[in-house]
Amino acid sequence: MNSILSRRAAILLLAAGLLLYPIILPGAFYRDIGVTFLLAAISASAWNIVGGYAGQVSVGHSMFFGLGAYAPLLAYTLWGWPPLAGIPLGVLLSVGLAVAIGMPTFRLTGHYFSMATIAVAELIRIFAGTWGLVGAAIGLQGPATARGWWDLTFRGELPYYFIFLAVLGALLVTTAAVERRRFGFYLRATKASERAARSLGVPVRQTKMQALALSAAFTAVAGSLYVAKTGFIDPDSGFGILISVQMVIVAALGGAGTLFGPLFGAMILIPLQTATNTWFGGGGSGLTYILYGGIIVLIARFEPGGLFELWGRIAPHLRKRSDAA
Amino acid sequence: MVIVQVLAGGLLLGAIYALFSSGLTLIWGMMNFINFAHGEFVMLGMYVALLVVVWLHGGPAAFGLAAAIALFALGVAVYLSLIRHVIRGPMPAQILSTFGLALLLRYTAFWIFSANFVSLPQTSLAGTINLGGIFLPVAQLVAGAVAIALTLSLHILLTRTSAGSKLLAVAEDRTAAMLMGIRPDRMQMLAWGLSAGAAGIAGALMATAYPWSPSVGETFGLIAFVVVALGGFGSVLGSLYAGLIIGLIQAVSAFWLGAIYKDIVVYGLFVALLWLRPQGLMGKA
Repeated sequence: MNSILSRRAAILLLAAGLLLYPIILPGAFYRDIGVTFLLAAISASAWNIVGGYAGQVSVGHSMFFGLGAYAPLLAYTLWGWPPLAGIPLGVLLSVGLAVAIGMPTFRLTGHYFSMATIAVAELIRIFAGTWGLVGAAIGLQGPATARGWWDLTFRGELPYYFIFLAVLGALLVTTAAVERRRFGFYLRATKASERAARSLGVPVRQTKMQALALSAAFTAVAGSLYVAKTGFIDPDSGFGILISVQMVIVAALGGAGTLFGPLFGAMILIPLQTATNTWFGGGGSGLTYILYGGIIVLIARFEPGGLFELWGRIAPHLRKRSDAA
Repeated sequence: MVIVQVLAGGLLLGAIYALFSSGLTLIWGMMNFINFAHGEFVMLGMYVALLVVVWLHGGPAAFGLAAAIALFALGVAVYLSLIRHVIRGPMPAQILSTFGLALLLRYTAFWIFSANFVSLPQTSLAGTINLGGIFLPVAQLVAGAVAIALTLSLHILLTRTSAGSKLLAVAEDRTAAMLMGIRPDRMQMLAWGLSAGAAGIAGALMATAYPWSPSVGETFGLIAFVVVALGGFGSVLGSLYAGLIIGLIQAVSAFWLGAIYKDIVVYGLFVALLWLRPQGLMGKA
C-alpha cells in the first residue's frame, strides 16, 4: 500500500517537474536541452516496447525515425500538405516496414532480427542519399514560415516542449496500459523464454510483431516531431546509425523493459552529452560516442537491467540504513 | 576485356571478404553468437598494418603477421573480459555487448586517426602485372591469393586437426565435450582469437590494395553478415564461396550501376536472403 502511494507520489512529482521545468529555467539554452531530452525520451521509450519489453534488440530503429521524419516534409514538398497531415503517412509506412522485417526474422532467433534491422536501416540510408525525389544527399526542407499552427513551425522552443511532453505522456500511458494487459504478460513471457511461452500457448511471433509495429509507430512520430522542430532532414540525421545508437543507449542505461527506464536514461545522458559537446567543442561529438560505446559495454557486462534495476537493489539497503540512524 | 578485369578485381576483393567473414561464422558456429564488432576488428587490422609500416618500416610479411597477432590478442582479451560473462546472460545483453564494443572501437579510431582516408605508403608490392591483357595490381593479386590460402587453412584447421575437432566438439555439445576432457572455456577463447586474428590479417591484406578510414568497419561488418548469411551460419567453406560471390556481385554492380549502388545491391541481397533462405545457400535448415 505504502509503496503504491509513494510510487504514485513520485510520478506526480515527476510530471509536475517536467511541466514546470521551462518556467523555472526559462533560458533558451535550458529549453533547448529540455526539448532534446524529451525527444530522446520519446524515441527510447518507443524503442523500449520491442527492444526492452519483448527483448528483441533492434539496432536499426533509425529506419522508422527516418520514415517519420521524411514523410511530412516529402508530403509538403510534393503536394504542399501541412506537416501535421504527413505524420500519419510516416506512421503507416513505418508499420508496413516493421511487418516486412518482422515476418521473416521473428521465425528465427533474436540475432537475425538485430542483423536485419542494422542492414535495412543502412540500405534505406544509402538509398535515400541517392534518390532525387527525397532530395538525395541534400535532404528535404519544411515550411520556412508557418501558414498556420498545423504547419508545426513555431518561433520559440516552448510550443515544441509542451507538444513533445504531451506525446511522451501519451506514449508512457500506452506503455503502462500494455504492461497491465494480457499483451504485456505475453511480452514478458516471450522475453523470458520463447520456448516456454510457446508451450503455454503464447502466440510468440504475433506478440513480437505487435510489439514491433507499436514501437515503429511511436518511433515514426518521434521522427516527425524532430523534423517539425528542425524543419530539415537529410539521410544521416534521419536514417544514420547514430540515431539508432542513441535510442539503444538511452533505454539500456535507464533500464530496458521498464516503464520509466528510458526517461531516466535520457535525464542522465542528454545533459552529459551537452556537457561533453560544450567542453570539447566540435570534436566532442566523437568523444560522446566513445563514451556511449563504453557505457553500453559496461551495462551489458555488469548491469543488464540498467540503472533502474541497480537502484532497486541499492535503495532497500539505503532505506534500512536511514531507518537505523 | 574490361569486364574480365572487373570480374578479376571482384574475385580478389571477395577473397578478403571470405577471410574475415570466416572469422564471424566461426564464432556463430561455436557459440550461436553474432559479433557486431567484427568489422571493427578488420579496421583495426588495417591500422596495425599502417603503424608497422610507418614506424617500423616493416614489409608485407611483417605487418600481416603483426596485425594477425595483435588482433588475436585483442580477440582473446575481449573474450576473457566481456564475452565469457555475457554469454550466460540474457540475449539482449549479448547483442548490446559487442554493439557497444563496435562503437567504442570505431569512435576511438576516429579520435586517434581522424576521419581522413589513409593508405599504406609504397610497399614492395607496388606495380601491376599483365595477365594476357588484364592488368592487375600486384598488391591485390597477392592479397587475394593469401586470403584464399588462409581461409582454406582455417577450414583445414577445423576439420583435420585435433584442435579443430575439440572446437567443433564444444560447438556441438559443451557438456559432452567437457566430459571428454576438453575445456570449453579455453576452446572458445581460441575461437575468439582465431576469429579476430583472421579479421586482423584480412584488414592488413586489404590495406595493401585499398585506402580506408575508421568508418570502413561498419561496411565490412555488414558485408560479413551478408557473406555469412549467404554461405550458411557456421560454415567456413560456405563463407569462402559466398565471399567470392559477394565480391563479384559488388564489382559487377559498381561497374554497371555506379559505385554508390554496389552496397545497396549487396544489402538488398541480404534482406532477400533473410526472407527466402535464412539458413544460407549451403547451410543446413
